[in-house]
Amino acid sequence: MIRHSLLREFSLFRLKRSVLLGIKSLWMHRLRSLLTAMGIVFGVCSVIAMLAIGEGASHEAQQQIKELGSQNIILRSVKATDATTAGEQERSLILEYGLTYRDISQIQATVPGVLVTVPAREVKDFIWNESRSIDGATHGTVPWFPQMRNRSIVRGRFFTEIEMNTRAPVCVLSRSLARHLFPLSEPIGDTVRIQTSYFRVIGVIQDDPTAASGAEDPKTGKGGNQQSAAMEMLIPISTLEDHFGEVLFKYRSGSFEAEKVELHEVTVRIDEPDRVMPAAQAIRHVLERNHKKVDYEMIVPLDLLRRAERTKQIFNIVLGSIAAISLLVGGIGIMNIMLATVTERTREIGIRRALGAKKKDIVVQFLIETVMLSGAGGVIGVALGLAIPLIITHFAEMVTIIEFWAPALAFSISVITGVLFGIYPAFRAAGMNPVEALRHE
Amino acid sequence: MAFSPTSEPVIELRGVEKHYQMGDTLVKALQGVDLKIFPGDYISILGPSGCGKSTMLNILGCLDQPSIGQYFLDGLDVSKLSDDDLSQVRGKKLGFIFQSYNLIQQLTVVENIEVPLYYQGVSEKESREIAIELATRVGLGKRLDHRPTELSGGQQQRVAIARALSNDPSVILADEATGNLDSKSGGDILEIFDQLNADGKTLILITHDEGMSLRTSRTIRLKDGAIASDKRREEVVR
Repeated sequence: MIRHSLLREFSLFRLKRSVLLGIKSLWMHRLRSLLTAMGIVFGVCSVIAMLAIGEGASHEAQQQIKELGSQNIILRSVKATDATTAGEQERSLILEYGLTYRDISQIQATVPGVLVTVPAREVKDFIWNESRSIDGATHGTVPWFPQMRNRSIVRGRFFTEIEMNTRAPVCVLSRSLARHLFPLSEPIGDTVRIQTSYFRVIGVIQDDPTAASGAEDPKTGKGGNQQSAAMEMLIPISTLEDHFGEVLFKYRSGSFEAEKVELHEVTVRIDEPDRVMPAAQAIRHVLERNHKKVDYEMIVPLDLLRRAERTKQIFNIVLGSIAAISLLVGGIGIMNIMLATVTERTREIGIRRALGAKKKDIVVQFLIETVMLSGAGGVIGVALGLAIPLIITHFAEMVTIIEFWAPALAFSISVITGVLFGIYPAFRAAGMNPVEALRHE
Repeated sequence: MAFSPTSEPVIELRGVEKHYQMGDTLVKALQGVDLKIFPGDYISILGPSGCGKSTMLNILGCLDQPSIGQYFLDGLDVSKLSDDDLSQVRGKKLGFIFQSYNLIQQLTVVENIEVPLYYQGVSEKESREIAIELATRVGLGKRLDHRPTELSGGQQQRVAIARALSNDPSVILADEATGNLDSKSGGDILEIFDQLNADGKTLILITHDEGMSLRTSRTIRLKDGAIASDKRREEVVR
């Protein structure tokens, strides 16, 4: 009687023609189509761009934390808050605070899983190469410092245990410091001066990655900008004691400061990642017992890493909500326009029904149009979304990471939005009475 | 030899009634219509406005279904068909020509002619051939890629005729086909109708124009939803 199989046979060819027809109808109202697709364009584009920026930011934070070493616990001496006010009143007094060798030996003796400890002392003063100078930090430390802190030697070598034991006047410069003091010549083999002591340069080390994010470092906060934090010189800890003694004097723009600090920084390495958090707890107990005032701080990179991950999760949820809302707005825009289009094309729907179109044909026709609108918006959005992070990276020098799934996800959401918000207008079009649709003016 | 009353009727209405609910009152737009239309018939359905002409057209055109009674089209009872099947019947067996042409504005002449074929699932190549042939037949061979807005009323109506012919329908229904045209273009359209009937097509012209009855071989007058008269004109008069 009535042959349905015919329709199925030609379904693919019909789809192709429906798409062409859709393009024609959308092309008739170019501006309207463009504006309608805009909602989706911005939705998709912002999803990709925000994901890329968020991913980049958290990646950068995690990278910095990882460079500290996830099995490390870093202890630093800080002035206790009430000690600084005392210094204001009694200028001549020597300020005594911070970590001691006693702390270290107790930690090594009582905390399980401690592999190595790296003590370090610091002298903040001008570092000279003939007439060139810069206000920098000189750290006395041990030969295994670079491995512990994941810092690579750029040129030359680090000092050895023999050099430490013999209290040799050798030094390793950070890259920034080497560039500043030796802009044109080779630093290795040359000498630099602090106060009255001379040191032979034996190597250049990569800059301290934590120095850039100065917020967590009280020394850089005190030192001013992050540039001076990168100006770092490393010498054997024994050599530093020989040359500068236990009490450090500082003359700064007329004022005079004297401090007695045994150790400025101690890095403790724990054998197993699982034991880092309990070890941190144990170290905290040891220090609390030994120090009446809180004149130290403890940085646990693993803890920071976990916190960063949690922050990233929250960030992703917020981002997801914003993206969902913007796509929802885009979808509503599409639905609104499609409803208007259906009303406007009532006559056309009537004609098509009279000429043999089934309800299904009308549904398909309008759905194809919405999906093409949102799909085109999605494609433009993906293109923009890929371009914007590049522009940000180029001009703002921010790291952005585009995960391969982000554009795919954003695009498929845009198409799904088109289908969801296109269903109602399409069924409304198909549900019209052909007689009334034909009479519509 | 245009029609043959001895053969099976192409359209048969048996006791067709159409009722509408208008508020509290039941309006009977058609009441007890019996009608047989044979292949090759050339019919005008006449009557004043409100006599049930539009309802008649909607029912004959399978756009609407009778409330009571049966409608056989090519021997098939279409009065109880589903919406989808009704669409199929319209697309396969009927050709429509409207007063206001009803072309689809975003499509060209050829594409408009192809619309019924598209819903019949005819291949692109085949439907293009049919459309070009028909456009040429109604004198629009040089305007294949024009859009409706670029054509005169008479030309648009000729596109509509070509469209109505594209699926080789059993019956062509024309609703006030010349109503929007000047007498010259209207005359041209009617000449095409004459020619189509001479070629053996069954045509039903629905109109309020008395002059039409002089042209067609059979005139049906409607009054108050019922057939008032049904006269067949002698061949000689033509």
